[in-house]
Amino acid sequence: MTIAMPVPDAETLAKRERIARALRAIVPGAKGSGGGVIDAPEALRPWESDGLTAYRQPPLMVVLPETTAQVSAVLKWCHSEGVKVVPRGAGTSLSGGALPLADAVLLGLGKFKRVLEIDYEDRVAVVQPGVTNLAITQAVEGRGFYYAPDPSSQIACTIGGNVAENSGGVHCLKYGLTTNNVLGVEIVMMDGEIVRLGGRHLDPGGLDLLGVVVGSEGLLGVVTEVTVRILPKPETARAVLVGFPDAEQAGACVAQVIAEGIIPAGMEMMDRPAIHAAEAFVQVGYPLDVGALLIVEVDGPAAECDFLIGEIARIADANGAVTSRVSENEAERMAFWAGRKAAFPAVGRISPDYLCMDGTIPRRRLPDVLRRMDELSAEYGLRVANVFHAGDGNLHPLILYDANVPGELDKAEAFGADILRLCVAVGGVLTGEHGVGIEKRDLMPEMFSEADLKQQQRVKCAFDPELLLNPGKVFPVLHRCAELGRMHVHHGALPHPELPRF
Amino acid sequence: MLEPRDAADLAEIVADAAAGGRKLELRGGSTHAEFGAPREAELVSLAGLTGVVDYDPAELVLTVRAGTPLAEVQALVASEGQMLAFEPWGDAGATIGGTVAAGVAGSRRVTAGSARDHLLGLTAVSGRGEVFVAGAKVVKNVTGYDLPKLMAGSWGRLGAMTELTLKVLPRPREVVTMAARGLAPAAAHAAMACALGSRADVSAAAALPDGTVLLRVAGFVPSVAARCAVLPELLAGHCALEAMAEDEAAPLWWRAMTGEALHGAVRWDVHLPPRHAAELIGALPEGADWAMDWGGGRLWIGTDHEDEAVRESAALLGGEARLVLAPKAMRARVLAFHPRARGVLALEARVRRAFDPKDVFATGRFAEDAHADAV
Repeated sequence: MTIAMPVPDAETLAKRERIARALRAIVPGAKGSGGGVIDAPEALRPWESDGLTAYRQPPLMVVLPETTAQVSAVLKWCHSEGVKVVPRGAGTSLSGGALPLADAVLLGLGKFKRVLEIDYEDRVAVVQPGVTNLAITQAVEGRGFYYAPDPSSQIACTIGGNVAENSGGVHCLKYGLTTNNVLGVEIVMMDGEIVRLGGRHLDPGGLDLLGVVVGSEGLLGVVTEVTVRILPKPETARAVLVGFPDAEQAGACVAQVIAEGIIPAGMEMMDRPAIHAAEAFVQVGYPLDVGALLIVEVDGPAAECDFLIGEIARIADANGAVTSRVSENEAERMAFWAGRKAAFPAVGRISPDYLCMDGTIPRRRLPDVLRRMDELSAEYGLRVANVFHAGDGNLHPLILYDANVPGELDKAEAFGADILRLCVAVGGVLTGEHGVGIEKRDLMPEMFSEADLKQQQRVKCAFDPELLLNPGKVFPVLHRCAELGRMHVHHGALPHPELPRF
Repeated sequence: MLEPRDAADLAEIVADAAAGGRKLELRGGSTHAEFGAPREAELVSLAGLTGVVDYDPAELVLTVRAGTPLAEVQALVASEGQMLAFEPWGDAGATIGGTVAAGVAGSRRVTAGSARDHLLGLTAVSGRGEVFVAGAKVVKNVTGYDLPKLMAGSWGRLGAMTELTLKVLPRPREVVTMAARGLAPAAAHAAMACALGSRADVSAAAALPDGTVLLRVAGFVPSVAARCAVLPELLAGHCALEAMAEDEAAPLWWRAMTGEALHGAVRWDVHLPPRHAAELIGALPEGADWAMDWGGGRLWIGTDHEDEAVRESAALLGGEARLVLAPKAMRARVLAFHPRARGVLALEARVRRAFDPKDVFATGRFAEDAHADAV
């Protein structure tokens, strides 16, 4: 629990009842719905955390609007009163992006559940932000379409949250992240102004404001409508399961697959601890005598899949594969994935708690990174299991710990921070798909200089100059916007001791 | 023309201009100099910042300095069997930095994304005269704000990119054009929509006024063969399709992708929901010429009329029109970019000032920047 949040504002806490009254007037809630504002202390308990469960904080109150007009009125009122707001989709963020603050209103978009329009001719869907990722695919699959980004939380996570976090998934090497699949949004800014960015056509002129809103982790605006592209569902998909003596050979296989011009729909690697945990949990026949396991999936016309599976099997052989199985039917393909998809809960069975990290590295550095991770594991006395989006170099080390052992969470967090520093040191990044949130906030200076971070924060100031929207996330130091706007004549100014740091 | 040798040089030039209240216009190969209103500004050439910084094909990532000629970059990645998947194109002398800053994308954009989708990271000098880094040098990254999206297509209004990291992808082993003839615009659009919505994995779709429809099928040899075999059946209700020889297809694709060779002294680049493309063509003034790309999502319009009728039609159909070629007087009078809603324009002005508070790069090329305080 090393990450500190901003000190709650006493003035806001003191006017809690007045805030609740004002927001209830804006969002009374439908009859029998329990109301649009939740402020009873015991009722706030379910809202105190997101997917980063080590951190818990009941919000000041929860407000659940149902219309864009209500969202706008809530934000406008909070803006005029200087009350902070934390937006929340389904609350599945693994980085604490939706972690409540004691002095902030938690703005839940869960009631925005409608699919507004589907246009098969232009291949777009217009949906409200509370629609789940999977529900978009379900809405269009009858006509042979789907929505491509598929984060592993897709049955629960919502498209509004996906936009905020720029969510990826196992298929994103081939099909892109959220940002590559969104055409337009309606957002409400902190002062209540409603703005539409993008639309239903490609590449609008002017600055790409939509591009910077996607992945802004709820710090720039509240998304109230999303227009996404939908794609024709591939005719078929096949997977091959390949075991290697060690991760180095598996990594060489991945590099050669890509060098030979193949972009698989998915390419996942698991190390020995992850293989064993997954196999013990789901018993799908993963080989237990290998050091690394690859699942490579291709999709498209049957002729293409057959051809590529053959090529991949050939490349795997050439790189020292010791086991190789090709899926002969859909059930077998799903079985290959079952272990990988259950990897997190599987690790949850062999350890009371675990932390899931999310760095990306240049793939060629994988052997060095795994070796160093082993050393760190020994130094910290904590086990680690690795699952890895091998195609794009996105690592998910799972650090095993026991929260009931005093100090072990701190140790796990320190281990995790060391892994992320390592990712940056080899030319990679702090987060490939989970977001910075609070989890990686204080590590941002590992990757960005003060000048880089200030430039990012100036964009924040253009949207939310009072810094009321989702404060305490992403940026390790909160600079006042007036300070950031000033131009210094000299370079390398001293750090400002008067600034709040948390 | 100022010619900085590196980012530090450039930072000094920009800081000086900011302190002195002067305007700077950034140039790569100057191939888009006629875009936007006529203006007076000191020119800064980035053409001296050349060279490949890092390229490891198996990582799918290329880092290159901004002034490197586009043609050199394309030849380099082609030599490794790869490509810039957004299919950038330009006149001789175009640089990679200028091409990305102009948001140039070709026919494959409809399925593979635009320059914005392939710019992973950058080093740049802001209007404050500060060097900053954004994004990263790996294909998957969500750390911090996605400033590369803002810089792609920003036309040098925020800062000068000095180094770009781009995603590269394997070049298809086989490319076949399947073509239909004699289709009116509405029928052409319907055929393209059907093809792009099918499982035949068509990577580009274009149409021309003579009734030709072009569908591109690219990939591994057995896959291309299978998809070309099934396409005529899938489109049987729309048109008769057959393979077109590469030497016949290439100039047609070029025409649809670039809008070059259209009649008229005025050229518009219209982006709109594809379903309305035929209606827009129907509303064109007498004598106007057109080419359709992106399955109807992009319409190049050539005309001699110097009014904004095309822009008005595009707006009514949920799209927008960019003025890419016009006599000087018209460029002085008519905005290059489609007018944005008031709130968007105000937000855009604030974001621009977040990078360029002293309006160093607000040269008058885009009139909305000169009136930023009025919105």
